[in-house]
Formats: sequence, structure tokens, C-alpha cells
Amino acid sequence: MEKEKTQVIAALVENKPGVLHSVSNMFRRRGFNIESITVGQTEQKGVARMTLTVSGDEKTLEQITKQMNKLIDVIKVNELEPDSIVTRELALVKINVPDVKGRSDIINCVEVFRGRVVDVSTESLMVEITGTPDKIDAFLNLMKTYGISELARTGLTALSRGVKSLRVEE
Amino acid sequence: MTPNKMSGANALLESLERQGVKEVFGILGGAILPVYDALCTHPKIRHILARHEQGAAHAADGYARASGRPGVCFATSGPGATNLVTGIANAHMDSSPVIALTGQVPTAGANSTYMIGRDAFQEADIIGITTPITKYNIQLRSVEEIPSTINSAFYIAATGRPGPVLIDFPKDIQAQTANVEWTDKIDLRGYKPPGNPHPLQVRKAAELLAEAERPVILAGGGVISGNASDELLTVAELLLAPVATTFMGKGAFPEIHLLSIGNIGMHGNPLANKLLLEADVMLAVGTRFSDRATGNTDTFCPEAKKIHVDIDAAEIGKNIDIDIPIVADAKKALAAIYERLIQQVKKKTDSPWNTRMKEAKTLLNPQATENYSLKPKPLLQTLRRLLPENTIVTTEVGQNQMWSALYFKVLRPRTFISSGGLGTMGFGFPASIGAKVACPNNPVFDIAGDGSFIMTEQELACSVIENIPVTVIVLNNGVLGMVAQWQRMFYQKRYVATKLGTYPNFVKLAEAYGAQGFRVGSIPEFETAVRSALKSNVTTVIDVPISSEEDVVPMVPPGCGLNQQVGDY
Repeated sequence: MEKEKTQVIAALVENKPGVLHSVSNMFRRRGFNIESITVGQTEQKGVARMTLTVSGDEKTLEQITKQMNKLIDVIKVNELEPDSIVTRELALVKINVPDVKGRSDIINCVEVFRGRVVDVSTESLMVEITGTPDKIDAFLNLMKTYGISELARTGLTALSRGVKSLRVEE
Repeated sequence: MTPNKMSGANALLESLERQGVKEVFGILGGAILPVYDALCTHPKIRHILARHEQGAAHAADGYARASGRPGVCFATSGPGATNLVTGIANAHMDSSPVIALTGQVPTAGANSTYMIGRDAFQEADIIGITTPITKYNIQLRSVEEIPSTINSAFYIAATGRPGPVLIDFPKDIQAQTANVEWTDKIDLRGYKPPGNPHPLQVRKAAELLAEAERPVILAGGGVISGNASDELLTVAELLLAPVATTFMGKGAFPEIHLLSIGNIGMHGNPLANKLLLEADVMLAVGTRFSDRATGNTDTFCPEAKKIHVDIDAAEIGKNIDIDIPIVADAKKALAAIYERLIQQVKKKTDSPWNTRMKEAKTLLNPQATENYSLKPKPLLQTLRRLLPENTIVTTEVGQNQMWSALYFKVLRPRTFISSGGLGTMGFGFPASIGAKVACPNNPVFDIAGDGSFIMTEQELACSVIENIPVTVIVLNNGVLGMVAQWQRMFYQKRYVATKLGTYPNFVKLAEAYGAQGFRVGSIPEFETAVRSALKSNVTTVIDVPISSEEDVVPMVPPGCGLNQQVGDY
């Protein structure tokens, strides 16, 4: 078995019904792994952008790109180079607050991680944190001591650095 | 052009006419009634009423493969649409351009409520169901979009690697009227089928082939769908390279040509399976290296340098590692390779490799001896002798199909039509009807088994009543032969559920539908029956009883390499 590797893929797709289905269905049918997927509109009308984090050996990753390219409503597929991209994920975390000291410890941590407290109640705090998935993992690990009562992560999104852009030619 | 006010149904049929559609196969129902009603005012389109939607889909597929033009089938919503599914999956696996149009429940109900998604009567999510088995599918949502959607559907189905496209047509949109503008524009920014090969790759391929001592060409179905047989022949003759075909490629190269070595694969010709493994350079064109063709991939020509021409980039490196990939149209790629090659090599008249091929041929494919027993090999060799060169032969699936692959020599592309990828029993007969509609001047024969023929035999009514005469040869062994063979070989002869018995009586069955039936007991009787079928304009069923113990050999057992073939040719 060849070495498994993780790859971030950005795809521009037609922004119309059924496109997410045809992409995810292709992954399921061919047994490819999706670790995360995010979808949103782009600056171009009618074009949506999907950011997928996928894993597999080299051959599988090549097939993933090729099979995505085959889908009619997928306009462009780009394998993003890990060294030249900015990746971000956002997480909303609800953390149990044991006492006043615990509360201030948590808020200190949030500041170190450049997060924000977005909701406060007597027994909990809600924190918004943005960063690479590794950074979010590290923060969540710290918060386990207090107890995470609810967690929502957006999945990874990414753009490549520099002037070159992934766009549909008009 | 000036806009025309018309209904969705009329816009659809007009769009089909503009695409040159003259025949459609289908069965109507509630949710597609407006389209059928509009057929009254479109006499240029002939509707052929199938007796089951699966038959309509296979007929459209047979039509497409025989003619090279998209075949069209209609069905209603719900069960009509789901009955098409086997036919669509079949077309998808074999890259056949089929356009399937399904009725759908209305988008809006009587009180303007949304009906799709509310589990209405005869509602099925056919878009969801067919997403993995179509090249593309789309639900129409307005009358205005019909012309451009139909244009795109035909363009997608017929270009690049061909495949089925399904259009789902809600009933209220069929009935609505709107201003329709005609356009030839196709706006598909996510779909650009490859055309010309990359010159650098062509140069590398030509260099490799020019230096090869033992070149072999492997031609797949892409040579046929890409109409590249002539180009293939010129390259093969220039290099004096033996040509093997995959099952789907049968007919891409004339099988009586001196360089033809037959099919590779599980039931391939031992000559092809042997010589392919001896090659130092393989030029593979339009093939996806299916498991049935390659056998165990570890022993599939590990030493040979491989050039792979395919119009579908995703096929390159999917199953077999490739040295020189060429993503292009097969016809253009082969022409470009030839142009490069003639600058480098002189046309060979002899080579040690050619001598080796001739020796192997004498040894492994001996001249047929006169044999009058009612066995598949002499039967199919006799059939070849009797049928004109332009005869289109379809097959069912199973032993009948593999015997045809082994013993029935195909001389021209698009004259051998069979379900290779999906292996759909019941495909051959409706496909033969479609092929006959596409090529009314060619005789059309379906080589069938009794098990397969029963699965779509109801289309005898369609064939007789619509006056589309074809001939079915039933190799009748009273068993589901191929699975019985596997039970015999790999399950210690425990025959479970493979015995069909002696019913139906195929002569009476044919007669019940208004066709003619013959039962033959010898090769001379078989000859008489085939001759009389060729002469008559009536659908004919020829029942040929054969032994239920007959195996298809040679065979590469599952999991083995092509070099581990057992049994005599």
C-alpha cells in the first residue's frame, strides 16, 4: 500500500441544484474519502466554489481530480499546493464554566488563540475561533479539561497565495 | 430568429427534430401525456411503442451503436422512469449515446402547491436515481430553456466519451406555453471534450513504436465509437503489428485480416492472450482495461511499454500503469501517430515477430474442420458463412455472448452489438430492434440464449406490429448456462437455481406474437432456417437445442492472469 496523503482541492462549479449531489455521489460511488467539504458562492455570478480535503495514495488522489473534472457541472479543479496556500477553518465552541476562576482561565486561553467570546451565560461560554485545523484542534484539546458541551466546525477552506487566481474565464 | 409561442411539449419535439431525430422508442403514461399528444402534430418523428421501458432503452442503445447517432427513448414518471434504469446503466457502462426523456409529476399542483418532493402518485426521484449512471442529467424547469437544454443534451451524449443523458420533464412545463427562441449555441463551460493529441506525446509514442521489436495493438470500444477503424488499420499494417481487441472492440478491426489475433480476456482467443503477453510495446486505444479483459493485472504485460490513447483522461492510469498517455480523439490520435511513423519507418513486409505470429496462429487457431454437430462453434461458424457482411449481430449475455466472441468473426465496425460492461441479459433482442430501425437495409440477428431471451421476449410484439423484422437465434440449453458453468467448475456441480427446463416452446411463443418460429435439429436444418429468415420480412425465432453441459472454453479462471487460460479453442 502506498503512503496516504492529504490534499486540498478547490473546484469551481455551476451554482445550481444537484451539483453538490453529483460531486458527493461520485465520491461515495468510487470509495474516495472526503475529510471535509465547504461550499459557497464566489465573486463570479453563477459560480460556486467547493473546497475539499481528501486523502488517499497518489493514484487515488489523481483519480479524484480526474473524476471531478469529468463531471459536466464542475468547471475547474485545482489541487492546491500545501506550501503556497492559506487555509482556515472556523469553529463555534460551547464550553462548560465550572466557576469564576475557570471562566477567566478560559478567557485567557481564548485570547492566546485569538478567539472571541461571542455568548456568555452563567454556566457556559461560546467561543468563536478561526485558524488552521491544527490550531483549532489544539484549542479544543485545552478546552477538554473544562468540558465541551457543543461544537460546530465549518470544515476547511483555502485560497492560494499571490496574484494567480482560480477563476472562470469570462 | 423570431420567437415562437408554443407549449413545452411542442418545444421539445421541435428541438428533437432539429437534432435530426426521426425515431423514438418508448411507452407513455400519465406524466408524459402532453408530449405524446404533441406527437400528433410532429409526423416526422416516428414513435415505436415498446412493451416494457427496459426494451425501449435497449432499443435506443442498439440504435445508437449501429448508427453512431444518439438513440432516444421516452418513458413516463415513476415506474416508467425506473424501468429505464437498467437500460441507462447499460448504455453508461458501454459509452453509448442514449437520450432518455422521462415525464415527471408537475412542479406545481392544482392549488399552486409544489408537487415534486411530496411523494405524488408515480413520482420517483429519477435525477437522484440516475446520477451515477448517466453522463449528465437535468430536470427542465421552464419552457424557455428547452432548446438550449436539448442542444446540450445531444452534444454531451454524442461527443467526447459518449454516454447517456437523462432529461426529466415535469408535466406542467410540458403543457405551459411560452415564447421559445431557437439557438444553436451550446454553453457548457465545464465540458470541453478533448480533440487533437499533444504533439510531444505523439512523437514519443511514434518513437517507441518505431523501435519496438514486438509491437501489439489493443483496440477497445473507443475505436468503434470514435470511427477510427481505418486509421487503426493503416498503423497496424505499417508496423505489421498484430491487433487484439477487447470484447467491446470486437469489429474495430476485421477479424479475418492476417494481423487480427482476436479478443483478449477471460474468454479471449488464446492467440490474443498469448501474443499480448509477449509484446514489448503495446498501443492501447479506447479501452478502459476492464477486469474481464486484463485478468489479474499483476501479470498483465508487466514488461511491455504501454501507450494508451483515450478520450477520457480518467481512464488513463485507472486500472493499468501507462508509460505514454495520449488524451485525445482516437481517430485524430491514430492519424497523428501514423503521420509521425511514416517519417521514421518503412512499411514492413516481414519481421521475426510477424513470423512468430503466423506460427502461433497455425498452432492456436487451426483451420476449422468440417463439423456438423449441433454445437456452438460449428453453429456460429456456419452462421458467419451464411450472413452477408453488412449483417448486424447483437448478442444476449452469458454463454451465447462468449461463444459469439470466440467463434463469430466480425468484419466491420458497428456490426457487433453486445452488453459488455453491465452484462445485461435481455439486452440483445430489443437492441436488435433498435439496430434494425437505424439500418433498415441490413439484416439484423440476435444471438441469444434461452435464459436471456425470456427476459425481454415481449418485444416480439413491438418487432412484429411495428414491422421491424429481426431474427433471434436461441441457443437453447434449458439452463442459465454461464452460471451453471461456474457451478460446474467452481461449486462442485451443485446446480442451484440454474435449471430452466424445456419451456417455453419457442416456436409457439414466436407464433403467439405473429412471428415465425423454426426448431432445428441439425446444421443443415439450421442453414435452411437462417436462409429463410434472411429472405423473409417477418420476425423469426430459430430455436436451436444444444447440450446443457456445454462449457465456454478456453477460459481464464477468475483472479488468474491471461497466461493461465485453460481449455481448447
